[in-house]
Amino acid sequence: MASLKQRVLDWLDLRLGLIRPLTDAATHPTPVNSASWLYVFGSAATVLLILQVVTGILLALVYSPSANEAWASLGLLNHTIPLGWYLRALHGWGSDFMIAIVLLHMVQVFLFGAYKFPRELTWIVGVGLLLLTLAMAFTGQVMRFDQDSYWGLGIGASIISRVPFIGAPLVHLLLGGPILGGATLSRFFTLHVFVIPGLLLAAVAVHIWMVLLHGVSDWPMPGRIVRRTTYQQQYHELTASTGIPFVPDAAWKDAVFAAAIILAVMACAFFFGPIGPSGVPDPTIIQTAPKPDFAFLWIYAVLAFLPTSLETPVMMIAPVLIIAALLLLPIFAGEGERHWSRRPVAVLLISVIAVTLGIFTHLGTYTPWSPIMDAWTSAPIPPSLLLNRTPLERQGALVLQDKQCRNCHSIAGAGGQRGPALDAIASRMTEDQIIRQVLQGGGNMPAYGNALNPSETKALMRFLMTLRGNNLAPAIDASTHLTHPTSSPPKP
Amino acid sequence: MSEDQINPAPPVHSDPAAHSRRVFLFKLSLALNAAVGAVLAVPLVSYLLGPALKKSSSIGAWIPLGPLTDFPIGETRLASFRSPVASFNDGDTANTACWVRRIADQEFQVFAINCAHLGCPVRWFAQSKLFLCPCHGGAYYEDGSRASGPPERGLFEYRYQIANNALLIHAGDMPTLATQASCKPKPLIQIHPATPQSAESTSPRSSQWPA
Repeated sequence: MASLKQRVLDWLDLRLGLIRPLTDAATHPTPVNSASWLYVFGSAATVLLILQVVTGILLALVYSPSANEAWASLGLLNHTIPLGWYLRALHGWGSDFMIAIVLLHMVQVFLFGAYKFPRELTWIVGVGLLLLTLAMAFTGQVMRFDQDSYWGLGIGASIISRVPFIGAPLVHLLLGGPILGGATLSRFFTLHVFVIPGLLLAAVAVHIWMVLLHGVSDWPMPGRIVRRTTYQQQYHELTASTGIPFVPDAAWKDAVFAAAIILAVMACAFFFGPIGPSGVPDPTIIQTAPKPDFAFLWIYAVLAFLPTSLETPVMMIAPVLIIAALLLLPIFAGEGERHWSRRPVAVLLISVIAVTLGIFTHLGTYTPWSPIMDAWTSAPIPPSLLLNRTPLERQGALVLQDKQCRNCHSIAGAGGQRGPALDAIASRMTEDQIIRQVLQGGGNMPAYGNALNPSETKALMRFLMTLRGNNLAPAIDASTHLTHPTSSPPKP
Repeated sequence: MSEDQINPAPPVHSDPAAHSRRVFLFKLSLALNAAVGAVLAVPLVSYLLGPALKKSSSIGAWIPLGPLTDFPIGETRLASFRSPVASFNDGDTANTACWVRRIADQEFQVFAINCAHLGCPVRWFAQSKLFLCPCHGGAYYEDGSRASGPPERGLFEYRYQIANNALLIHAGDMPTLATQASCKPKPLIQIHPATPQSAESTSPRSSQWPA
């Protein structure tokens, strides 16, 4: 049998000419210390890409990229086509896993200094791959043509509209017309299915070619300095003395990890099911709280915290700076130490970025800056706060509910988090301060002078003055004693 | 024309003069292809950029929101309409909503649903007289001016007029900071006959919120 197999391969190689080069590439010697469980992320990302291509093609058999039908065709996939739900789930979860693995791969390469000479261009192409992966995630979110998709595109158009001078043409170019509709979905379908995958596959090919050309980077050692003059000779000596063939001696770890990741995608898809779609993308349905997919939650959160005056400059300049920094990193740090123990700034950078992204993503999951639109009718006032209160104070509690204060302010943990919790407001602010804040607004609070009449204001104040947490002392205006030495502080 | 010159080329490889002539012809053919490519690029790029080349102020039309009796004086109501620029394949996305505030008998304000921050749909709360945005917490007063949060200006306003006892607005572009709902004045493309009593909306905040 072996001879038959060999004869077939020889027959093919004579005509195709690719068997021997591919075999040589697969069995190229790699330093034994690079056959590590930390060197498996790149191949796993490639395997996930293949999964995405296959599941994407299968979904395109049913999906209808028209604003008339897209949402309904997702329903068809979810509910009618046998296993349509599972294909959608695989594609959706595969996308989340791919972003995670690409990021892990990037962190590993950065911490191991593997982007240094002669692998600078491999890193630069890799940055392109990260951006293309994120572009696939965003355009993929648009394919799931639901309310989140619609308003997410609206957010994208609003960001683009802030570009100076050419904002309007850019918005029209993005939307494919004056409004967000069929033309918009068609262009994002083209991007998601033709343009970006083409670029992605080509860039992956270049990326892998460069990995084969330069070899898998050796395990970094403290004090082993990368220099342009000596590195390649050292690397060749290392592979000559300790080299093992990549296939099969090192690749089995890649294969096991890739299998585990695909299994994890399959399990998530099976147990958690497909992602969405949420409501039908009809913009007259305004009872919606749009939110982007997981990978973009941190951007959504950052946009809630930027000061108004800084927002447009940051939106325009920050992405350019971040991408430029990523691209230029190997140019400016192409030599030197590779080991993380000798690169404290690199470790600090990764830690700060990870914590920052984590915090913003976490905030994005529960959006404390957003008013809770139905809190004024759904969040009750605890009976204990109404016990032994005067009728006027209870009337004030009604005013508090009716004027939608709870949409932004919580009491007993229920309500919005846009403004401070009111449980102990009277222990922090005097009555005069609260009245001024309520009627004139300030900070993040609108002025309610036009929405409250004097009797409502009076009742509201009486109730608010009873909110002193666990019977804390009421707030005192320190200056009262200076201007009216005879007056005493207000009684609790 | 270059092919005619190539055809009689002698099969001599070592002759430096012939070689240089072939190199010249090859470069000529490259230039020819560059020229053809440049000409071809004109329709391709124009097709691609088509939507962006359309003047923003020329987009849109007047569209009725309904009889005046639908909008009680002193109240703010949600109205919806089919976008006049909708295409056959826009489906539900061409349905558009707006907030209509009737200040007096003939005086209106018609606000875009899209928050001036990042375009999410704002909701009206009559009791606190505020528009609130679900995305990042932008808030606007009843006249559409900015109350708090990340928006840098008030709500976008549609131009309106009253004709035949019905409220009409001028709608076209999806409102963003660059493509505002209140587009430039232009000759009316009327659906209803114009009446002399038509009241053009003047933007009360044009000086306060320079866009």
